[in-house]
Amino acid sequence: MAENKGIMVYGEIVDGKISSITTELLGCGRKLADELKEDLSCILVGDKLGDAPKQTVAYGADKVYTAEDPLLKEYQTDSYVAVMEKAAKDLSPKIILFGQTSVGRDLAPRLAFRLGASLSMDCMELSIDPGTKLLHQTRSVYGGNARATFTSEIFPQMATVRQKAMSPLAPDESRKGEITPIKVELDPAKIRTKVLETVKEEVVGVKLEDAQAIVAGGRGIGGPDGFKQLEDLAKVLKGAVGASRPPCDNKWVPDTMQIGLTGKIVTPELYIAVGLSGASQHLAGCSGAKNIIAINKDPEANIYKEARFGVVGDWKQILPAFTEKVKELLAG
Amino acid sequence: MPLNMIVCCKQVLDPEAPPASFKIDPSTNKVIPPPGVPPVVSPFDEQAVEAALRIKDQQGGKITVLSLGNNLLRDVVKKPLSMGADELILLEDEAFEGGDSWSIANALATAIKKIGEYDLIFCGRQAADWDAGQVGTGIAEILGIPSVTVAKKVEATDGKAKVERVISDGYQVIEVTLPALITVSNELGEARYATLKGIMAAAKKQPTVWKPADIGLEPSQIGTAGRRAKLLKLFQPVKEGKCEIIEADTPAEAGTKLAAKLREAKVI
Ligand SMILES: Cc1cc2nc3c(=O)[nH]c(=O)nc-3n(C[C@H](O)[C@H](O)[C@H](O)COP(=O)(O)OP(=O)(O)OC[C@H]3O[C@@H](n4cnc5c(N)ncnc54)[C@H](O)[C@@H]3O)c2cc1C
Ligand SMILES: Nc1ncnc2c1ncn2[C@@H]1O[C@H](COP(=O)(O)O)[C@@H](O)[C@H]1O
Repeated sequence: MAENKGIMVYGEIVDGKISSITTELLGCGRKLADELKEDLSCILVGDKLGDAPKQTVAYGADKVYTAEDPLLKEYQTDSYVAVMEKAAKDLSPKIILFGQTSVGRDLAPRLAFRLGASLSMDCMELSIDPGTKLLHQTRSVYGGNARATFTSEIFPQMATVRQKAMSPLAPDESRKGEITPIKVELDPAKIRTKVLETVKEEVVGVKLEDAQAIVAGGRGIGGPDGFKQLEDLAKVLKGAVGASRPPCDNKWVPDTMQIGLTGKIVTPELYIAVGLSGASQHLAGCSGAKNIIAINKDPEANIYKEARFGVVGDWKQILPAFTEKVKELLAG
Repeated sequence: MPLNMIVCCKQVLDPEAPPASFKIDPSTNKVIPPPGVPPVVSPFDEQAVEAALRIKDQQGGKITVLSLGNNLLRDVVKKPLSMGADELILLEDEAFEGGDSWSIANALATAIKKIGEYDLIFCGRQAADWDAGQVGTGIAEILGIPSVTVAKKVEATDGKAKVERVISDGYQVIEVTLPALITVSNELGEARYATLKGIMAAAKKQPTVWKPADIGLEPSQIGTAGRRAKLLKLFQPVKEGKCEIIEADTPAEAGTKLAAKLREAKVI
C-alpha cells in the first residue's frame, strides 16, 4: 500500500454551499497540513456539487475530490461509506477529518471500523506531535467533566471535530486548487436503507446556531408558558430561545432547541441561562459563549461556575423587570 | 411477528452525579468513582431497552441484554430485566478492563455471533462515560449488517424496520432491512420504570456469564491489549469561576440592576 500522506477533510454541503463546520475543518486541516508540510484535500460527496468545490479551495484546500452520482442525493450510510472507503484506499490520506454532525457521527465510525482504523469523536483540539508526527486528538469525555487526549499509530488517523471549536480561514477566491472527480460505482442493491421522508422543524426568526444572543431555559421554567416569557426577552435581544434537555424531553419545546453535548453547540456573545443547573452535558454546548448570565434560585448551582454575571432568585420575579430594562436600554 | 432482539447495556458511573464530585487520578489516567454514588445503566442504553420493549409489547419477541465489563453490580445490570427484558448475558472478566471502542465492539459482536439469532440489535447513541458514540456502529460493521443511528422511534414489520432518525433540524424516516442495528437517543422518550413484579422476576434470574475464551477471544484482542486508540492523558479543564452576583432588595430590582450591569459591561 502507498504511504499515507496528507490531510483529507470530509466536506458537507448545505443549501448549495459548504457548511460552516466544513470551513472550520479546512481552517484546522490547513494548519495541520502546513505543520506536516503535506497537502490538504477536501472530499465532497453528493448528486450536484455546484460551486462547492471552488468554495473549499477558497477556504484552504489544495485538492478537491468530488464524487457525484444521483444515488448520492441523500446521505445514506451504505452508499457514502462505500465512496469514502474507496477514496481512503485509493488516496491513502494520513488523517481524515469529519464534522461532529448528523452525517459525521454516522459515517466516521462506520468508515473507521471498515478500514480497521481508530477514530476520536467530537474533538475540540487537534495537534501534531512534534516528535512522532502523530495526530493528538483531544476530546471531551464524561459528559464534559473531563478531557482526554488520544493518538493512534494506525493510518488513516481519524477524528470528528466539534462544531465551532476551530476557526475558518478568511476565504480567498484567488487561491488555486486542483479539482478531481473520483469514479464511483455504486450498486443500489447494496444500499440497505431508504429515506422515506425528511421532516424539518420550522424556525421562525433567528436560528439558534447563528444567534448572537440566546435565552436558554431549563427544567426550572416549569412548562411551555414560561418559555413564552423567554421568547419575549429573546425578541428584544434579536436572539433565539434554546433549552436544556428536560424541557425538550417534556415536550415543552421542540427537540431541535436542545443545547449541549447531544444537542446544538452554540457560541453567542450573550447566553442567558434561566432555571437550568449547568450540568456538564449542557455546558458542553454553550461554554463557548462570550458572556454567560445565570438566573437560578439555587446559589450553589453549577451554572455560576461558568457565568460572568448572575442573580440568585425565582426567575418569575426577576425576568419581567430584567426584560423591561433591557428593552428600555436598547431603545434608548 | 415476534422478533429476536439484543440490547447492549453498559454500566457507567452516574453521569448526573454532581459535577463537583468528579475527580481524576492523573497518575493512572482514571476516574475516581465518587463515594456513595452507585453506577447506573448508561441512560441511552435504558432507552434502547425501552425501544425493544415497545416492539415486544406490540408484537412479542425475546429481548437479550448484553453487558461487558468487570465487577458488574448485579443490581445495576439486572435493571433491564426488571423493566421486562428476558435474558441477561454478561461478558465479565478482568481482561475486559481498559478496552476502547474497537475492542469492546469486537467482543460484543463476537458474543452476538454466538447468540446467533437476531432481528434487531439496539445500542445507546453513546455511553455516558467516554461519550465515544462508536460501539453500536462498530458492531454493525463487524457483523456486516446495516445500522441507523440516533433513533427516536422504531417500528418493525415484514422484515424491515422503520426508524425515525434525529437530525439537527428535525428527523428523517428511514426504512432498513433486517437484521439491523439501531442506536437510540433520548428523543425516544423516557424509559419505563421497573415494576415490583419485574424486580421480583429479575431477582430470580441468573445472568449467563461468558469469559473471553467462551466466545473464542484471545487476550490480545480484548481490554487494554486490544486497543487501537492510545490514551495519552485524562484531565479536567480548569475553570476560572468568577461570577459577579448582582444583589438588590427585591428580585425585580435585581433584574433591573442586572440589565444595567450588562450595559455597563457593554454586553448589550
Ligand atoms: C449522555 C448524556 C447526554 C446529555 N446531553 C445533554 C444535552 O445535550 N443538553 C442538556 O441540556 N442536557 C443533557 N444531558 C442531561 C444533563 O445531564 C442534565 O440532566 C440536564 O442538563 C439538566 O437540565 P436542567 O439544568 O434544566 O435541570 P436541573 O438540573 O433539574 O436544574 C433545574 C434548575 O432550575 C433551578 N430552578 C428551579 N425553579 C426555579 C425558579 N423558579 N427560578 C430559578 N431557578 C429555578 C433549580 O435551582 C435548578 O438548578 C445529558 C445527559 C447524559 C447522561
Ligand atoms: N461495555 C459495554 N457493554 C455493553 N454495551 C456497550 C458497552 N460499551 C458500549 N456499549 C454499547 O454501545 C453504545 C455506544 O457506546 P460508545 O461507543 O462507547 O459510546 C452504548 O450506548 C451501549 O449500547
